[in-house]
Amino acid sequence: MIEVNEIHKHYGDVIALEKVSLSVNKGELFGLIGPDGAGKTSLMRILMSLLLPEGGAASMSGYDVVKDYKQVRLITGYMPGRFSLYPDLTVEENLKFFATVFGTTIQQNYHLIKDIYQQIEPFKDRRAGKLSGGMKQKLALSCALIHKPEILILDEPTTGVDAVSRKEFWEMLKRLKEMGITILVSTPYMDEASKCDRIALIQKGQLMSVETPQAMIKSFPEDLWAVRTRKIYDTSKYLELLPALISVNSFGQVLHLVTKKGVHTSKSIGQFLSQKGELDYSIEPSTATIEDLFILLMNHHKQN
Amino acid sequence: MNRFIAFLRKEFFHIFRDPRTLVILFGIPIAQLLLFGYVLTNEVRNVKIGIVDNSKDYLSIKLSERILSSGYFLLAATPATESEYEGLFRSSKVKEIIVFEPDFARNLIKEGKAGIQVIADASEPNAAQLIVNYTTAIANDFVRDEFVKEQKLPGIAIKVRMLFNENMRDAYNFIPGLIAVILMLISAMMTAITITREKESGTMEILLASPLKPIQIILGKVVPYMILSIVNALVVLILGYFVFEVPIVGSLSLLLAEILLFIFLALSLGILISTFVNNQVTALALSGFVLMLPSILLSGFIFPVKNMPIALQIIANLMPPRWFIEINRTVMLKGGGLAEIWPHTLILIGMSLLFIVISIRKFKIRLQ
Repeated sequence: MIEVNEIHKHYGDVIALEKVSLSVNKGELFGLIGPDGAGKTSLMRILMSLLLPEGGAASMSGYDVVKDYKQVRLITGYMPGRFSLYPDLTVEENLKFFATVFGTTIQQNYHLIKDIYQQIEPFKDRRAGKLSGGMKQKLALSCALIHKPEILILDEPTTGVDAVSRKEFWEMLKRLKEMGITILVSTPYMDEASKCDRIALIQKGQLMSVETPQAMIKSFPEDLWAVRTRKIYDTSKYLELLPALISVNSFGQVLHLVTKKGVHTSKSIGQFLSQKGELDYSIEPSTATIEDLFILLMNHHKQN
Repeated sequence: MNRFIAFLRKEFFHIFRDPRTLVILFGIPIAQLLLFGYVLTNEVRNVKIGIVDNSKDYLSIKLSERILSSGYFLLAATPATESEYEGLFRSSKVKEIIVFEPDFARNLIKEGKAGIQVIADASEPNAAQLIVNYTTAIANDFVRDEFVKEQKLPGIAIKVRMLFNENMRDAYNFIPGLIAVILMLISAMMTAITITREKESGTMEILLASPLKPIQIILGKVVPYMILSIVNALVVLILGYFVFEVPIVGSLSLLLAEILLFIFLALSLGILISTFVNNQVTALALSGFVLMLPSILLSGFIFPVKNMPIALQIIANLMPPRWFIEINRTVMLKGGGLAEIWPHTLILIGMSLLFIVISIRKFKIRLQ
């Protein structure tokens, strides 16, 4: 459905995308995961035919994003990273405007947006600029959907949205996927990755890995330990001296310790900490999260 | 077509929901009109004049007294010879000199006709015309009062001479000029701002990603301002006609057609500016300094182009309002037709086409 082949793009000296290739299947919910400045927005804009790639090719539903940009724009719904509706128009006026622009009406495709739009319909006479962050996103999604696109491209739709609205938003995406819409969504939040069918980890314009979230977690090549302690800072300093250490990172109140596969046991790490005089702790093996993998891959890339 | 109408609706919502836009659209033109109309021209009070009475009879003395007691004029000089006139004007000792012909009373009574020559300093054309008008009115009243019992009123023939600017016909030169300035302001500046606003707010990204064609986006942005500009031009003409009694001597339809052409030109210029800049502040600055100042200062609105140094004249000739103001004056005040203004019209058409072609070539269907 979406084919990206060795796409290259840079701004001045900064490389935004370096030979990026990926393919998204029809009806898939595909996540583009990476920090700010990783190249997510550039890739999406190229797919939306808003930017020209410097090398490589991409197509959406068979339409080339450079040559057939008009068709591409017709079959895709797009939600840019910034809230991009008219703040001085009401909720309903915004929706109506975008429906008409795409040659349709609210009634005709109401079934598509019903779930989402119903939640903001009580405020349909309110100016869009006065909506809360979560409601703005719902309206923006409704506007992007109103012309029944085959493909949805959502650039960080949950950034700046509260936790409850974020959860709701992902549930909506799931339902849209079930209706057969192919969705490419980007997010800087690693915890949202597990909600996608497949994800691509992107860093500094390069794709590091493309997999299902489960396979990605399974593919974690090293040992991972969750270390709980009162003195997070001190303990992490001690652990940095651990032999066969790969990394130690704090995840809230827990330290994630990564060591070379098969070197350590809970016991051997415990002994090491005890030698350093650290007694008040607990260690257990843990499964990796996407974030663990991301950090591992990132460090790996740095070394290469 | 539906798309286009939806776009227009949206655009009118933007305009009518933004108080600032409304002020610029309707407040400023009317404020300017009243400002130029009243402040700049209506100050006739204690104007210094000179009186040369070659008759010194009871009627000439009475009329002189009447003029001086009106409150509008002050006697500043009584030059003995004509050679003194220019010096008095040059040193701004007087703004007007009234010369009574010999045997004023006798001519008026016996012949039913007597002459006064009024010489005015026309370096300030509006003021000069007003002063002359006041003088004329006082003289006419005087005759009416003095000969109230007569069957047939005698007349005073007033020969007006405008010094320094002999063939000054357009005392009302601010209305033709003001139309140009206002249209420049609304059409060009507002268009530039409204398009850059979409760029700045990120909505241009969505509009570009939609099936709207560039021409639809541009027309959708421009047509509302075109309509409002026409309304504004009409308001200025109507106010000018009724409040300031500025005549429209020539063909009204020709005038309106030329106004329409100028609106089109200003809009193309606005679009052109918007293709160069990406935020509203720059658009505003560019329109303000690049459009407004030259169209006020270099267009002949206030300072006659003919009196400028050659270098400025060349620049002035590149300013669209310079040609438009001349068209306006010719049609409105002198009653001229296409025969006189076809070169100006052609220049305006040429400029519009140039702007619109560059804009279309420069308008990007993508973000960069």
